[in-house]
Amino acid sequence: MARKLSMKDAINEAIDQEMRRDPTVIVMGEDIVGGTGSPGEADAWGGVLGVTKGLFAKYGDRLMDTPLSESAYVGAAIGAATCGLRPIAELMFIDFMGVCLDQIYNQAAKFRYMFGGKAETPVVIRAMCGAGFRAAAQHSQMLTPIFTHIPGLKVVCPSNAYDAKGLLIQSIRDNDPVIFLEHKNLYGQESDVPEESYAIPFAEANIVREGKHATIVTYGQTVQRSVAAADLLAREGVDCEVIDLRTLSPIDMDTVIESVEATGRLICVDEANPRCSIAADISATVAQEAFDALKAPIRMVTAPHTPVPFSPALEDLYVPTAEAIAAAARKTVSPKNKMM
Amino acid sequence: MNQNITPLVMPKWGLAMKEGTLSAWHVKEGQTITPGQEIMDVETDKIANAVEAADGGLLRRRIGEIGQVYPVKALLGVMAPPEVSDAEIDAYVAAFEMPAVDEVDETQEASYQFIDTPSGRLRYASRPGSGDHAIVLLHGFGGDLDNWLFNIDALTVAGPVYALDLPGHGGSTKAIAEPGLDALANAVEQFLEALKLQDVNLVGHSMGGAVAAMVALRRRDLARSLTLISSLGLGEEINGAYIDGFVAAESRRDLKPVLKELFADENLVSRQMVDDLLKYKRLDGVRDTLRGLADAMFRDGRQVHVLVHDLQAATVPVQIIWGARDAIIPAAHARFLPDAKVEIVPGAGHMVMMEAAGNVNQLIRAFAA
Repeated sequence: MARKLSMKDAINEAIDQEMRRDPTVIVMGEDIVGGTGSPGEADAWGGVLGVTKGLFAKYGDRLMDTPLSESAYVGAAIGAATCGLRPIAELMFIDFMGVCLDQIYNQAAKFRYMFGGKAETPVVIRAMCGAGFRAAAQHSQMLTPIFTHIPGLKVVCPSNAYDAKGLLIQSIRDNDPVIFLEHKNLYGQESDVPEESYAIPFAEANIVREGKHATIVTYGQTVQRSVAAADLLAREGVDCEVIDLRTLSPIDMDTVIESVEATGRLICVDEANPRCSIAADISATVAQEAFDALKAPIRMVTAPHTPVPFSPALEDLYVPTAEAIAAAARKTVSPKNKMM
Repeated sequence: MNQNITPLVMPKWGLAMKEGTLSAWHVKEGQTITPGQEIMDVETDKIANAVEAADGGLLRRRIGEIGQVYPVKALLGVMAPPEVSDAEIDAYVAAFEMPAVDEVDETQEASYQFIDTPSGRLRYASRPGSGDHAIVLLHGFGGDLDNWLFNIDALTVAGPVYALDLPGHGGSTKAIAEPGLDALANAVEQFLEALKLQDVNLVGHSMGGAVAAMVALRRRDLARSLTLISSLGLGEEINGAYIDGFVAAESRRDLKPVLKELFADENLVSRQMVDDLLKYKRLDGVRDTLRGLADAMFRDGRQVHVLVHDLQAATVPVQIIWGARDAIIPAAHARFLPDAKVEIVPGAGHMVMMEAAGNVNQLIRAFAA
């Protein structure tokens, strides 16, 4: 039975249900319990924004507050995964992965390959990502392309509560290292979420809105903004399809290409910085695989190539807005690229 | 308020429907409408269909504009006899409280009900109706009670209506100890007993038809009539590729072509319908249950349970309804039970109760009377 749940609560429920189902699932991170030892609540924090709240009471020592050393506990989680546990390491902000990147890209991502398929590393590294939270340059980045660049990692970035629960359950059950990125601005976003457990397979993009004139491809926070852009354009008689990639590695290019073959126009929207981004990756693939279908140049709408500004006025301009997405789509359907 | 005035409102098809687009009018102002007549077409994000008039009368005013979106229960038209003045109709329209989409939403959850049985928790929907004998609707393989979205309200004139999710389906328990027709028939018996329903008109679609037949054969006291729609259990043929494809499909790309086989008009398979089914199929346990049911009911692409001899020997009256263009179970099976009342609906596929809802509703009502 489905009921409305926020993305934050959907993530909590996914961890809860998998911990109940599978005793090898453990959680490690900074302040994921929080407050242990102080009088009163045992889990006063439950994670920096309270995502893991309530789990300590149910599963006790299977949730571990770690020292402020990402290199230590992310490494420990990866090691535990190779030895038969299914750890979920919470990295708090994705911006902190610099200090534990060797453990991720040179260890976890390589084991299956280097041991001829005999080693598995079923670890999930959860982290908050994205701008719009007034958290400044070191806590607001959309570093998705750094992980999609590395073979051996799976990269997930849900846009809503239903997908977050199903994709996190799939991530925990998956036998490879998964980077699970939670946009902090979406934690309060609510959607219908079944009470039962369910897993959404990777590389299955979601067509959020059907349309025949142009295809908007995106993920994470910019999915809703793209839908808002499509609503603006619908009033002008331009009918946009909106595709939510959901997982970035593996990626469902088939759905993107099929859509572009039908619409002939592509707008790639990405909150990441533009160089070597998901938007650039999709643009290149479509240009190579479906060039003949294109009726207009591909458009990319991304953050600028700058750090995330702390000034609220500038930060609001930083993440692609519905207006910016609509403006890019209008260019693809301009009289020069005449609608057919 | 003038009691001679009858409103025509946006229908509610399925519990999730909040609003619909009026896509066509089939009646003009000044025309007399008969109950059951198709009066307009409505589209939702899930499905498009014709709206049947629940009541008859003279159409005095068309209010709904074609292409506009209206919330459920919004006033779309007014019927009234000639003696009611235009001024009275104006006053009625002005005083009509247009529902907001959000208000509709709040009542939504309450319209599903649950009951615990020895087979597990079962979800159902019920509608009060006039008549002594309830009508109980059983969906098919992989379906749920919302398969009856065009029927559940229209049937209330013949009796109270119940539609349930069989175990393994919809919002009911996903676990079935020994998957098979027996387990499903047990659950339906337990459901009827728990709600103290007996002597009901059982209506089953596809697999639900075979379940209904099993219940009627075992417990004559529970069933006073049997309507089998595109039903399993009458012959051996079945589209095995459909069953396997439905069970195996994990993606929209795999599922959509499979679902198109269910309808004569494949445009009825909307993105929303595919998404909803994928959401169901992703739930833990569903795939194993569907596989288990399929293995129990089908072998080498044939149906295992043929109930024709038992039904012939039984005293329960049987009506058989089939879509002439059924691609899952051949419509020829409708003729395999000699004493049954048979209706083949032209132009409809396996989901005949959706594709020709008005026609099927009329047949069920008449048979239940």
